[in-house]
Amino acid sequence: MKFSVILWGLVQALRIATRIYPKFAARVKERDVIAQFKLKDNSAGRWIQFMNGKIKSGSGIHKNPDLSLFFHNKAIAAEFLTPPFDQLTRIDAAKNFKVGMEGPDELVVWFASTLTYMTTVGWKSGTDMGNGVTRYTNGTNGGPIFVYVKEGKIIRITPMEFDDDDAESWTIEARGKKFTPPRKTSLAAHGLALKSMVYSEDRIMSPMKRVDFDVDGERNIQNRGKSEFVPISWDEALDIVVKEIKRSKAKGRGAIFANSGSHHQWGNFGHYLSAFGRFTNLLGCTKMMGSPDSWEGWFWGAMHHWGNSMRLGTPEFYGTVEDCLKEAEMMVFWSSDPDKTYGYEGTIRRAWAKELGIKMVHIDPYLNHTAALMGGKWFAPKPGTDAALAQALCHVWITEGTYDKEFVEKRTEGFEEWKDYILGLSDNTPKDPDWQEKETGIPARDVRALAREWGRKKTYLGAGSWGCGLGGAGRGPMGAQWARMMTILGAMQGYGRPGVNFGNLQFGAPVDFSFYFPGYAEGGMSGELTQSANAANNYQRMPHIVTMSTVRQAIPRKFIPEAILDGVALGHLTDVSTVQGQFMKVGYPAPGHAKIEMMYKYGSSSMGTQMDSNRYIKMYQSEKLPFVVNQSIWWEGETKYADIVLPACTVFEHDDIGEWYNVGAGYVHHMYSMNNHRVISMQHKCIEPLGESKSDHDIFLEIMKRLDMGAMYSEGGNTELDWCKRAFDSSDMSKHITWKHFLKKGYYVVPPVSEGTRAPTGNRWFYEGRKKDTPEPYPLPADYKGNFGEGLQTTSGKFEFVASSLKNIDDSGRPPLNKYMPTYEDPERDEHLSGFPLQLLTPHTRYPFHIMGDEKGCTIRDIKDHRLRVDGHEYLVATISGKDARDRDIASGDLIRLWNHRGSVVCAAFVTDRVQPGVVSAPTASAEYRPAGEPGNSTDLGGCVNMLNSSENMTEHTHSIKPNTTLIQMEKWTGVDTWQRAEAV
Amino acid sequence: MSKKWNLVVDVARCDNCRNCFLAAKDEHISNDFPGYAAAQPEKEHSWVDIRHKERGSYPIVEANFMPVMCNHCDNAPCMKVAKDGAIKKRSDGIVIIDPEKSKGQKEIVDACPYGAVYWNEEKQIPQAWIFDAHLLDSGWTKPRAQQSCPTNVFETLKVSDAEMQRIKGEEELDVLLPEEGTKPRVYYKNLHLMNSCFVAGSVVTMIDGVDECAENATAVLSQNGIEIARASTDVFGEFKLDKLAPGSGAYDLEISQGSGGKYSAKVEVQEESLYLGTLMLEG
Repeated sequence: MKFSVILWGLVQALRIATRIYPKFAARVKERDVIAQFKLKDNSAGRWIQFMNGKIKSGSGIHKNPDLSLFFHNKAIAAEFLTPPFDQLTRIDAAKNFKVGMEGPDELVVWFASTLTYMTTVGWKSGTDMGNGVTRYTNGTNGGPIFVYVKEGKIIRITPMEFDDDDAESWTIEARGKKFTPPRKTSLAAHGLALKSMVYSEDRIMSPMKRVDFDVDGERNIQNRGKSEFVPISWDEALDIVVKEIKRSKAKGRGAIFANSGSHHQWGNFGHYLSAFGRFTNLLGCTKMMGSPDSWEGWFWGAMHHWGNSMRLGTPEFYGTVEDCLKEAEMMVFWSSDPDKTYGYEGTIRRAWAKELGIKMVHIDPYLNHTAALMGGKWFAPKPGTDAALAQALCHVWITEGTYDKEFVEKRTEGFEEWKDYILGLSDNTPKDPDWQEKETGIPARDVRALAREWGRKKTYLGAGSWGCGLGGAGRGPMGAQWARMMTILGAMQGYGRPGVNFGNLQFGAPVDFSFYFPGYAEGGMSGELTQSANAANNYQRMPHIVTMSTVRQAIPRKFIPEAILDGVALGHLTDVSTVQGQFMKVGYPAPGHAKIEMMYKYGSSSMGTQMDSNRYIKMYQSEKLPFVVNQSIWWEGETKYADIVLPACTVFEHDDIGEWYNVGAGYVHHMYSMNNHRVISMQHKCIEPLGESKSDHDIFLEIMKRLDMGAMYSEGGNTELDWCKRAFDSSDMSKHITWKHFLKKGYYVVPPVSEGTRAPTGNRWFYEGRKKDTPEPYPLPADYKGNFGEGLQTTSGKFEFVASSLKNIDDSGRPPLNKYMPTYEDPERDEHLSGFPLQLLTPHTRYPFHIMGDEKGCTIRDIKDHRLRVDGHEYLVATISGKDARDRDIASGDLIRLWNHRGSVVCAAFVTDRVQPGVVSAPTASAEYRPAGEPGNSTDLGGCVNMLNSSENMTEHTHSIKPNTTLIQMEKWTGVDTWQRAEAV
Repeated sequence: MSKKWNLVVDVARCDNCRNCFLAAKDEHISNDFPGYAAAQPEKEHSWVDIRHKERGSYPIVEANFMPVMCNHCDNAPCMKVAKDGAIKKRSDGIVIIDPEKSKGQKEIVDACPYGAVYWNEEKQIPQAWIFDAHLLDSGWTKPRAQQSCPTNVFETLKVSDAEMQRIKGEEELDVLLPEEGTKPRVYYKNLHLMNSCFVAGSVVTMIDGVDECAENATAVLSQNGIEIARASTDVFGEFKLDKLAPGSGAYDLEISQGSGGKYSAKVEVQEESLYLGTLMLEG
C-alpha cells in the first residue's frame, strides 16, 4: 500500500474509534498535539492534530509538529504500518534505526500508546454474571482464581471451576483403580485471603516522604524507621527519585543498588524479573545477587554427586506420579511437607496413594501437616542430625546386603570408599544404628526396622518439600550434608527402578510438557538475556529489544548490610549452567565501580525473611546509605526504613498474564508438573488502583520518561495489556484459541497428552543405561563426558559416592566423601552460645506466602495457628514442646520471648507434642517489625524470628543461608524489655 | 418429601488448611447480603471455625481438625430464644438469622450449644454461617467451604430427610452433641478422631540379644473380660487401639506375638489418649 494511503487510513481509523468508543474519545481529548508522520528525507508525510478532542490532518510536512515519527523509506513505512503487525519487523526497524521518533519522550509515549489503544479499547474482559457482577480471572502465588467484581469492588475470590468447554483431565490407572483429578484449581490460604490483602489497612495509598527528609538539606538518615511519613504528590516523589538517580550516577558506575526480594506477585510482566529487570537494566544498577536459598543443600551439596545443575542439584521428576501410584510400596517423606507451602494440587494424589495402601513414613523434627493428614510412622530426629540416620540406613543395607548391587556396580563410582567409611573401616566408627541413636535420639531398632522395610519394599523417597528436592533440612546449617545423603540413599536403592525414585507425588503429573507458554523466569519484558531464562524461548518467540546493564558489580543477597557498612561483600555465583559455576566468586565492589549512593528497594520483606535481620536496621540508619526509595504495596516491616515510599498496586489493579507455577527454563523447568492441570490465566485488571497507587510497570515508566527513556522502556508505547497480547501471541495458546476469547474468558486449560505421549519416568533411562529421554534440555551438551545424552553431568558420567567436583576446592563443610559432621551451632563448642539450649526451626508457613498475607487486616492474621490476638496485638505463634513449656511455666496462648545474642522476638506459645523437647518452631512469615524499644537493638513484638538466625554461610565457599537449628533461649514474656544486641561473634 | 440441604463433614480428611474458614471471611467481610446476612466484622468471627484435637504423644501423635459451623438444626435452640421472628427456618432446611430483626438479641449467641453464633458488636446482631444460602438460591450446588476445600472434607447433599437418615446410618455419620436434641443438618464422619481416645504402644522383642521392633504382634484391649478392641503391630512394632470413650476407666491390655513373648498390663483411660511407650515382650 502507498505511504500516503496508509496514513490517510490511519486518520480515518482514529476518527472512527473516537466515534465508537467514548473511552477512546476521552483519551484523544487528554492532549493537544501535532504528530508528524514522514519519510526521513521529508519527501512525503502527513500530520495529525489532536485539539480539544478533535482530529485534524493534512498531507505533507507540518512546520511545527510536537513530535515526529519518521521512516527510512516507503517500504519500511508500509511494512511497519500495515496490519497485521509483525513484531519482529517492528523490532528490527526500531533497533536498526529504520524508524525513529522525535519529540518529548513523555509525549511520544503518550501518542504511541494512543495509537495502540485504538485497537485495544474495543477488547472485552470478564464474564457477566448478572446483577452487575463481572467475573474476572487472575493468577496469583496461591493459584489461578475467579474474581467477582461489583461496582468497582472485589466481592469474592474463588478457585477456578472448569466448565465443559475446558480441556479434559488426565486419568491414571493404578492397581485396578482409575484416578482423575478434580475439575478445579486448588488454592493456598494466601490465595483465598487476597481480597483482604487488596483492602488491607497496611496498603500504601499515596507517595510518601519521611517527614524529616530533605533531599536538598538535612536528610536525618539516623531517623529511618523512626520518623513518620507524609503524603506527597507523584510529581514531587518522582522528581526526588530522579534527582537522586542523577546524583548517584554522577558518582560513577553502579552507584544505584537495585534490591528486590526473591518473589513477587504472579504475572509475567509485573514480576521483578520483568518490569523491574528492564527498568534496572536501562538505569544501570548494581544488582542484588540472590542465593539458591530454598535449594541450599541441593545446590551446594547434592549437585556434586549427580550433576543436575540446571535443576539446582535436584533430580528429574517426570512421570513419577504415575510410577509411584502404580509401583511403589512405601513412601518416605524426609523433611518433606508438601501440604504446607505449595498449595494443594498434590494433596489429592497422596490421598490416592493412601487409598492404594502405600505405606508412609515421615522424618521431620515436627509432625508436619502432610504427616498429620496422611498418618504413618513418624521419626523426629534432633534437628541437624538427619545425616546420621541416613548413614545408619546405609549401614544396615550394606551389612544385610539389601541395596541395589547391580545399579551400584554399573552406574556409580566410589562405592568401596563409601562402604569403608560406613562400616568404620576407614575411621574406626561404624555408622550403625546404635551410633546414630546418640546423634539423632531415634532408637536403633526403629532404624533397623526402617532400613529393612526400605530394603525390601519399592520405596519413593520424598526428599525435601517437593519430594524431588527443595527446602526442608536442606536449608539448615547441615543442609549440604543432608541433601548429599538423600542422593546416596537414592543411589543405593537404584533410583529410576520402577517404584523406586525421588518424589512425594507433588511433582510429575502427566501434563503436556511440549505446549509452550513462557514462565515468569523467562524475563517477560525485561530484555535481559543472561540473568533470566529469556534466551531459551521467550526472546525468539516474543521478539523484543534486548537490554543489558552496564554495571559489573553485584551485592550478594546475604551480605547487603556488610556491603553498605563495611564496603565489601563477596559471594559465590548461583550459576546453574554447570556444576563448576558455583565456584565463581563475585561481589562488591567491582574494580573501578562506585560505592552505593542510593538503594532502590523493591518490596519490604527483609526484616521477616533475611537472616540476622537486625543488621538491616544498622545499615538503613547509616550515613553510608545516602538515599533509599522503597516501592511496595503495603507498609511492612522494612518499608519505613526509607526516605521516599512509592505505592505499588496489587495484581488485581493492572493487566498481566501468567501460567500457574510456570517458572520457565532454568531453575525449575516444568515446575507446572506440580499441577493437575496446566492453567494459563489472563490476569485481568479487575478494579482501578486503590488510592494513588500505580502498577510497578507504570511507576517505572514514569521514572523512565523523566530520563527520556520512556519510549525505550515501553518499546514504543506498549502498555501492560499490549505486552500480555504479545505473550499470548508468542505462546502455543494462540494456535488453539483467539486472543479475544481468551481475554474475555480469562483462562485456558492446556489439554493433556495421550497416554503414549506422556513423559517417561524420570531417571529410568539412567537406571537402565540408556540415553537420556526425559524432556529437559539439560545438562548442556558440553557437560556430557562423552557422547551426547549418555550418563550424568558428573566428571565420571556416573553417580559419584565420592564427589570428584569437590576435590579441587577446599571447603571443610563439603568434603568429597560426605562424612558425618555434627551440627555446628553448638553451645559446647562456642561459649557465646552457652545458655541457649533450644534449637529453633524457622520454616516457611502454610498461611502467608513468605510475608505476603501477613499484612494487617488480612484474614490470615485471624488464623489462630498463625497469629494469636493478645491485648489487641496479633503475635506470631511459636510451637513448643510440653516439656519445655512446663520447665518454664508456659501454657498455650502465653506470650513468650525467644532470644539469643542476635535478636529477641516475642511470640505466642502453642504447646504441643508435635515437636520434641528442645525444639522450637516458628515460621519466617512476619510482615510486621515492631521493636519494643530502639529499632535494631530491642525485642521485636512483630514476630521476625529470622532475627535470631545467623547470617553466615552454610559452608565456607558458598553463598548460602542456614536458618534452622539456631540455638536460642525462651522465657515467658515479662513485658519489660532489657535485651540488647551483642555484636556478632 | 421435599429435598433439603445437608452437609457431611469428614474429620479424617481435614488438615487445617483453613480454606473454608478463609472462604467464609472472603464471602462475608465487607459484603452485605440483604435478607441473608449483614457483613461480617473484620476480626474475631469464625463462622466456619476449625477445632483442634491432638491425641497421643511422641512418636504416636495425631493432629486432628474439625470444621464447626452453624448446624442449621431442625430443633434449633437459637430459634427458641429468638424474638420477633428474628430467626427463620426455610423450607429447604437452612436457618437464617435475620440481620434486621435480630438486632440486640444477644441471647441468640448464648443459646447455641456449638458456639457457632457470633456477636457483631458494631451492628449489635448475632451472626452465623448461612450455608451460603444466597449462593445456593442463585444456582450454586455447594457452599464455598466445599468449593475451596482441597481435601474433600465436605459433601453437600440436597435430599429428603428420610434419605438423609438412611445415609446417616449407612455411612455411620454422627452429629455434634446429640444429647442436646438439636437435630443438626450438619453431619460428621470419623468424629472419633475428635472425641474418643486411643491406647497405643511400641512393642519390642529380644532377638539374639538385640532389641527389635515386634511386627505382627496382637494387642487386645478388654474390659471386665469383654474384648473391646484388637490390633496388630506394624513393622515398627506400633499398635493403636482406638474409639475408646474418654474416662472409660480401667482396661486389660494383652499383647502376644505367636509363640513368642507376651506383655500384659492394666491401663486406665482418662480424658486423653495414651501412648504407653516401649513395651517389651517377655517369656
